[in-house]
Amino acid sequence: MTDTTFSLAQILPAMPEIYLTAAVCALLLFDVFFGLKAPGRTASFTLFLLLGGALVTLVTADVQVAHLLFSGMYIADNLATLLKLAAFLFVAVALYYSGDYLNRRRIHKGEYYVLSLTALLGILVLASAGNLITVYIGVELLSLSLYALVAFDRDNGVAAEAAMKYFVLGAIASGTLLYGMSLVYGMTGSLSLDILSSALSGEPSLGLLLGLTFIVVAIGFKFGAVPFHMWVPDVYQGAPTPVTMLVATAPKLASFALAFRLLAEGMAGQVAAWSQMLSVLAVVSIVLGNIVAIAQTNLRRMLAYSAISNVGFILLGFVSGTADGYQAALYFTLVYVLTTLGSFGVILLAARDGFEADEIEQYKGLSKRDPLLALVMAALMFSTAGVPPFVGFWAKLRVLESLIHGGHLWLAGIAVLMSVIGAFYYLRLVWMMYFEAPGDLPGKLTRAPIRLMVVVNAFAALALGLMPDALLDVCRSVIPL
Amino acid sequence: MLVQFLFYAFSAVLIASALGVITLRNPVHSALCLVVSFFTSAALWLLIEAEFLAIVLVLVYVGAVMVLFLFVVMMLDINVEEVRKGFTRHAWLGWLTVCAIVFEIMGVVFARGLGIDATQAAKPLPADYSNTGAIGQVMYTQYVYPFELAAVLLLVAIVAAITLTMRKRKGLKVQDIGAQVATRAEDRLRVLKMKAEDRK
Repeated sequence: MTDTTFSLAQILPAMPEIYLTAAVCALLLFDVFFGLKAPGRTASFTLFLLLGGALVTLVTADVQVAHLLFSGMYIADNLATLLKLAAFLFVAVALYYSGDYLNRRRIHKGEYYVLSLTALLGILVLASAGNLITVYIGVELLSLSLYALVAFDRDNGVAAEAAMKYFVLGAIASGTLLYGMSLVYGMTGSLSLDILSSALSGEPSLGLLLGLTFIVVAIGFKFGAVPFHMWVPDVYQGAPTPVTMLVATAPKLASFALAFRLLAEGMAGQVAAWSQMLSVLAVVSIVLGNIVAIAQTNLRRMLAYSAISNVGFILLGFVSGTADGYQAALYFTLVYVLTTLGSFGVILLAARDGFEADEIEQYKGLSKRDPLLALVMAALMFSTAGVPPFVGFWAKLRVLESLIHGGHLWLAGIAVLMSVIGAFYYLRLVWMMYFEAPGDLPGKLTRAPIRLMVVVNAFAALALGLMPDALLDVCRSVIPL
Repeated sequence: MLVQFLFYAFSAVLIASALGVITLRNPVHSALCLVVSFFTSAALWLLIEAEFLAIVLVLVYVGAVMVLFLFVVMMLDINVEEVRKGFTRHAWLGWLTVCAIVFEIMGVVFARGLGIDATQAAKPLPADYSNTGAIGQVMYTQYVYPFELAAVLLLVAIVAAITLTMRKRKGLKVQDIGAQVATRAEDRLRVLKMKAEDRK
C-alpha cells in the first residue's frame, strides 16, 4: 500500500512546489541581507524567481497521462500544469504592477513578496491536490497568506477591519470544509479523491449529502458566491489596492481547482446532487452581483460585485457536469483573471499620493488627461462586460453553450438577461471616461514599463478574442472528455 | 459493556463542556471548559486504542496551547460587558438560524438514517500493537507531502505574525547591541586640554 522509496523520477513532477518552497526560503534570506534598504531589489528578485518557476513548471511538465504521486496525495496532470503556469504568470504580473504603488505609499516591504509567494504555493498545492488532506492544507496556505496581506498596511483602520472580516468568515469556511470532509470520510472511509470518485456512485446516503452540502458551502465561501459573498466587497474596498488585485486574480484559479478536484473529480458520482446546489448559488450570484454593482460609486466595490457575478458564471460552467462545461469554466476563469488583472493595473497607475483613484467619479474625462490609460480601461471593461470581439464575449458564450447542451435553458436565459443588465455599469465607466468633462485631477504618471505592461494586458484580451480558439483549445486539451 | 458506558459518559461530559465554552460569560471559564473538553476527547481516543494521539492531545493542547491561551485571556484586559454590548440585539436571528439548521439536520437524520453503517467497524488490534510506531511509519512515507506542507504553513504563520506585529515605534527604548559593541572610547569620553584658570 505504501511505497516507501522516493526516487528523483518519482518526485520530479512535484518540482514546481519544491522549487517554490525553496524560493520562499531564499527570498526570506535575500530580503534580510539585500532588501531592507532597497525593497526594489526584493521585488526584482521575486519576479526572477517567479519566471524561473514558470520555466521549471514547463520543463518538468512532461505529463502524457495523469498519474498520482506521494501515495495519491498529489495528482500530476495537464490541468495542474496549466493552472500552475497561469498562476505563476498572473502573480508575476500582479507583483510587477504593485511595486511602484507600494513605494509611493511607503509600505514597500519584503514580506509582501514572501506572503504573495506562499499564497501562490497554496494555489499550486490546490491545483494538483489528490487527497482531502492536501486540499485542506492548500486552502489554508492560500487563505492564511491572504489574511495577512489584507492587513499588511497596519496603520490603516479600514484595511484592518477588512482583514478581520475576511479572517473570521474564512475561518468559518475552513471549519465548514473540514466538517464536510470529515463526514465524507466517515461515510466512505477514504480521504483519497481517487478512491472517493469510484466509491461514490448511485443513490447517496443522507450523511454523504450532508457532508457534500458543507463542502459546497465552503467552496461558495472561497469563490465569494452569494449568499457567502459578504467578505468580498469589504475586502476589495478595504485592502490596499495591490493586495485587492492579488485577492481578485490568482486565487480564482485556486477556487476553480478546489471545485474541480473536489466536485468534478472526487464527487463525480454525485453530479446530480451538487450541480443542483451550484446552480442555485450561480443564479443568485449573477442576479445579485449585477444588480447591486449598478448602485456602487466606488470602483473597487463595483469590481467586487462584478467578481461575484463572474463567479456565478464560473459555477454555471460546473452545473452541466460535463467535460464541456468544465472546459468552459476553466476558459472563463483564465479570461476573467486576465482582464481583472489589467483593470486593477489601471487603477494602480491612476492612483497618486493621497488619492486612490477608486471612485468612479474620478475617472471622468480620463480620455483627455491620459488617452492611453482610458483606452486600455475601456477595452478591459468591454471584455469583462462580454462585448465582441474581446475575449470576455467568447468566455461567456462557451459557458452558455455548455448550459444549453446540458439542457439548462432557463439558467442560460437568466445568465444572458443579467449580463445585459450588468453591461450597464461597465459601459457607464467608459461613458464617464470619454464623454464627461474632466475634473481637476493630477495629470498622468510616466511609468513607461508598467504602462507598457497594462497595454500588453489589454492587447492580450483583444488578441485572444480575435483568435477565440487558441486558449480554448488549450483548455480542451487539459480536461479530456 | 463497560466501554460503552464509558463512551457515553465521556461523550456527555464532552458535549456539556463544549456547550460551556460558548455559553459561559467569563472567558477564563470558557477556556477552562475547553481544557475539559480536550481531556474528555483524549479519553474517547483512548477508548478506540489511539493511545499516542490521546497523550499528544493532552500534552500539546492542554499542556501548551490552552495554558498559553489562558495567559493571553488573563493578560488582555478585556471589558467583557463592553464587548457583549449589542450582542443580544441580533441574538434572535442567530437562534432562528440555529433552530432551522438543527431542525433540518434532525429531519434528515431521523428520516433515513445517516448511512454510517457503510463503513466497517475497526477490528481490535493485538495487545502488543504499537500505534506510535504505526504513525511514525506513515508520517515520512505515505503522508510526507502534507506533512512537509504543514511545516510550510507554520512558516507562513511565523512570517505573518511578525509582519503584523513587529514595528519600530519612535521613542522605543531597545538595546542596539551592534552599536554598543561598536562604540569606541572616544565616543564616550572626551579628553580636553585646557589651561588651568587663574584663581581670582
